[in-house]
Formats: sequence, C-alpha cells, structure tokens
Amino acid sequence: MEYTARELMVIAAAREIHDGDVVFVGMRLPLLAFALAKRTHAPEALGLFENGIVRETPSSEMLYTMSDPPNLPGATWSTGTANIMGMLAQGLVDLGFIGGAEVDKYGNLNTSYIGEPRAPKVKLPGSGGAPDIACYAKRFVIVMPQEKHRFVEKVGFVTSTGHGDGGGWRARTGLPGGGPVALITTLGVFRFDAASGEAHLASWHPGQSADTVRAQTGWALRVAPDARETPTPTAHELSIVRECDPQGFWTR
Amino acid sequence: MSTEKLTTMADAIDRFVPNGASVCMGAALEAAIPFAAGHEIIRQRRTDLTLIGPISDLLFDQLIGAGCVARFVGAWVGNVSSGLGHNYRRAAEQGIPRPIVVEDHSNFTISLALLATTLGAPYIPTRSLLGTGFLDVNPAFKRATDPWTGDPVVLVPAIQPDVTILQVQRADVYGRCHLWGTLGISREAAYAAKRVIVVAEDILPTDRILSDPNLILVPDVKVAAVVHEPFGALPSPLQGCYGRLHELFARYHEASRTVEGFQRWLDEWVLGVTDWKGFLDKLGGATLKTLTPKRSQLSEPLEYGA
Repeated sequence: MEYTARELMVIAAAREIHDGDVVFVGMRLPLLAFALAKRTHAPEALGLFENGIVRETPSSEMLYTMSDPPNLPGATWSTGTANIMGMLAQGLVDLGFIGGAEVDKYGNLNTSYIGEPRAPKVKLPGSGGAPDIACYAKRFVIVMPQEKHRFVEKVGFVTSTGHGDGGGWRARTGLPGGGPVALITTLGVFRFDAASGEAHLASWHPGQSADTVRAQTGWALRVAPDARETPTPTAHELSIVRECDPQGFWTR
Repeated sequence: MSTEKLTTMADAIDRFVPNGASVCMGAALEAAIPFAAGHEIIRQRRTDLTLIGPISDLLFDQLIGAGCVARFVGAWVGNVSSGLGHNYRRAAEQGIPRPIVVEDHSNFTISLALLATTLGAPYIPTRSLLGTGFLDVNPAFKRATDPWTGDPVVLVPAIQPDVTILQVQRADVYGRCHLWGTLGISREAAYAAKRVIVVAEDILPTDRILSDPNLILVPDVKVAAVVHEPFGALPSPLQGCYGRLHELFARYHEASRTVEGFQRWLDEWVLGVTDWKGFLDKLGGATLKTLTPKRSQLSEPLEYGA
C-alpha cells in the first residue's frame, strides 16, 4: 500500500504513545498521531491541548487548529492555558510532541532565530509552548522533516531544551523533565542515548538506508547497533490516518 | 454604580487604543481573535503599539505589516494552518515596513507574567526556560536561586497591558461578559489589563448575563467599552457562533508573500472598507452561512436559587 512520508511520520509518532499516557498533543502531525494511537494501541491515553482543552477521545472532525470548535464537544475539561501548563509543571504529563526548524544531535531545538537574534537572517515564528513541554514533560518526541541544513551539530539558538551539551546537562541545569527520547523524521527514527544524550539512528524508513539518512544529517551520525528498517505502516493504520485527515491537508 | 459603556468600534479604538499603547489581543489562542478591532486599529493608523499575546494566528502579522507595531511581547506570530507570518519576518529581518523589537516569551511565561499582575505579585518563579536562549535575548527574565532549595529558577516579571481586547459571545451594556470554549489566557489577560474592550456577538439584558455570574470572565470595573460586533472574530472561530474560515488564512498567506501583495490585501480588505460590516459584505452572506455550527450542544441550565 502506497503512503507518504508524512503518513509514516504520523504512524511512527503514534507508536511513541503508551497506553495510559497523559499526552500534550499539540498541532499538525501529533494531533493525528494521538487520534491514531487512541484507536489502536493506546485507548486509555489522555490528550491535553495548551489552549485549555483536555480530551479522552479525539475530535470527531479534522482540525486545522486545536481551537477549532469541533475540539470542544466531548472535552473532559475546558480551562485555560495556565492550568494546562500547570499540569506540565506539576509533573503530570508523560509525553509531549515538538517540531522545529533546526535540531542538533542532543535534541535541542531552534524555532526562534537563524543568525544573530538582534539582526536575524531568518526570524522564525517562535516558541509557542514548546519550551515548556521540553522543560517539564517526562519525555518528548521531536517530529520534523529531515534536511541537512536543519540537522546541525549545534543549534544557533536554544528555544526548547534537549540534552544540552550531553549526558547529565538537564539535571545540572535544573530541568525537571526527561528530555527528548525520539526524533522522527521524513527519513528515519533517531533515539537518544540515555547516558550521552546523543541521537542515534534507530531505524531508517522503507526505501532509505543509514547512508541516505547520514547524507541529510549535519553531524557525525551514529547508528545504533540494532538499527533496522522502520516497520511498514499497516493498512489499518493508514486507513485511520486517512479517515482523520480525509483531504490529506497535513499528510499529503 | 455601573455606567453604560456601549459604543462603536471606531469610538472604542479612538479613545482606548492611543499611539504607543500596549495592547493584548488573541489571548484565546486560535479562537476568538478580535480581528474586527484589529482592522479598526489599522484604519485609524495607530503607531508604536506594543502587542502582547501568547501566539498570534494572523492578526499580529497584519498589524505589523500595516506599520502599527514597535514591539511584540509573546511566544509566536504566524499563520497556524499555513505556516509563518511574512510581515513578521520582513519586520524582524529587514525593518520593513519598520523595525520591531521582539521580547520572546513561551506560552507558559506570558501566562505567568499576566497572572502575576492579577495577583499583585511582582514576579512568578518558574523552571520553564532554564537552559534556553530566552534568558540571553530577553532582559526581562532573571535567573535566581530558590531560597529554600537552592535550585535554579527563572523569575518572570509581571506584565500589565494598557488594554486587552476580547471577542466574546455575549455581554451586557456594562461590560459583564460571558466567554466560553477555548479560553487560552483570556481570563489572565483581561484581569491583568488596565482596561478591557469587550467586543460581543450579542448584547443581552443585564438580568440574563447575571443569571450566570460564574461565567463572567472579568469584573466590569476593568471594562472601558463594550462594542456590539457580530462575526467580529472572523476568520478565527468562536464557539457556538461560527467556525474557522480556513480558506482566508490560506489566501492571506499567499497574498502577503510580498510587500506589494500585502498592500493590495490591506487596501482591499481593511482600508477599502469603512467598518467591519464592509468586511463581512465582501465575504458574503453565503460564506457566513457555511460557518454556523452544524450541531447544537446546549449546556445544562444551572440552579442558582437562594
């Protein structure tokens, strides 16, 4: 069955959601990943949205933003941003998703500035709640398309903290959350080594290889000893993703 | 005694959004964005504004492109369904149409800054932003040590907007307003502000608003003006009233790629009409009809009897 790279990213992201997880859902692909996980292996996952919404069930309609009115009916709590962030800050959030314009080998993310912040070459849209998720979530997953110039040795600006400059940095810095556990790209899935904090290639997507991933990685890529091909999406997974995004707005 | 505050949008902006004011809008994130108020600010050619908000889906990009803005204090400016904000980029990168200062926050720290004001607290400590570049580029944040544990913390100083503009479902003429659905930081933003402009879909008799005092968002002592402006949040959605007009976000994204394209857009949709009714006429009644809720969901009535 044919599928797009974005559909595969959604499916890989869904697999990161454990049953019973409290998930800071966010927007775009993770929104679809949450819906997919709920309908497959994680029926007990709980979804939080930083606009103030808490849901046990995904919205019945495709959402362009988390604040679209169909996201409200069926909510188990509708409150404000400060209270949802409070769930993060109280340590109640198991998993968050973050995207970025630039990522480095320790999973630090830049969505703020390319170049000198006072006179930036590129002003990126900004952070939203990503730094808060990165600070507090027990673990988080990065989802972003892979291009060499965006996968850099060291990000020019840290918007959202990964593992800083390596193992032990988060604890020294005073960050309560566990940091990034996976980086899901258009080419493969990286996992972060618990001791060193560095990203290792865990799997390459069907049609890719360690070499094709390396060619689009801006740091000396380490490949995990047990690295393999990313499991191919099942017809069942694909049908749910397409039901949730019928026009392919996010996944085509 | 409460006084009647019902007025027109033009009058409310004229009196309560002077040049140089700090203005909080879009506090409910992607919903209830006060576009009607924002367009009137552009028509009245305000300058040197400080815009405060968590994320801004489109509206701040328009105000920045129109040259109204000197400073942005918040977490994100762009176009949520289509991507980045072209005017925000041009202003920050090239000073077009004028340079702007960006004071970077996260969604949590901007919430805390407004919450601090509502509590009369000078600042609120957090662990958020430890280890980030925010602490280097935004001098408002200070690193400190928790005096009890010795742990590092970030101090987020209180922010008080001169005026917060809210789009709500209903209000009375005194400014008691009901807002439901996506709230974001609406409550903190309104309660923290020196003044609030309430823009309402419906103006209801006072006894009907007071029938549910728990739903009133902010005390009327904060409210300076009440404006009756149906569909005032379009193209953003308002719960129970209308959905998001996604197509307009996509069209704006394309139109604003160049300075000239943005100027044409501004001439057509903002400067070329005299008020919000002009904008709605251009959209057309048929488009508005497609946005009304497909299914009703009434909440259970509450017994407040004593």
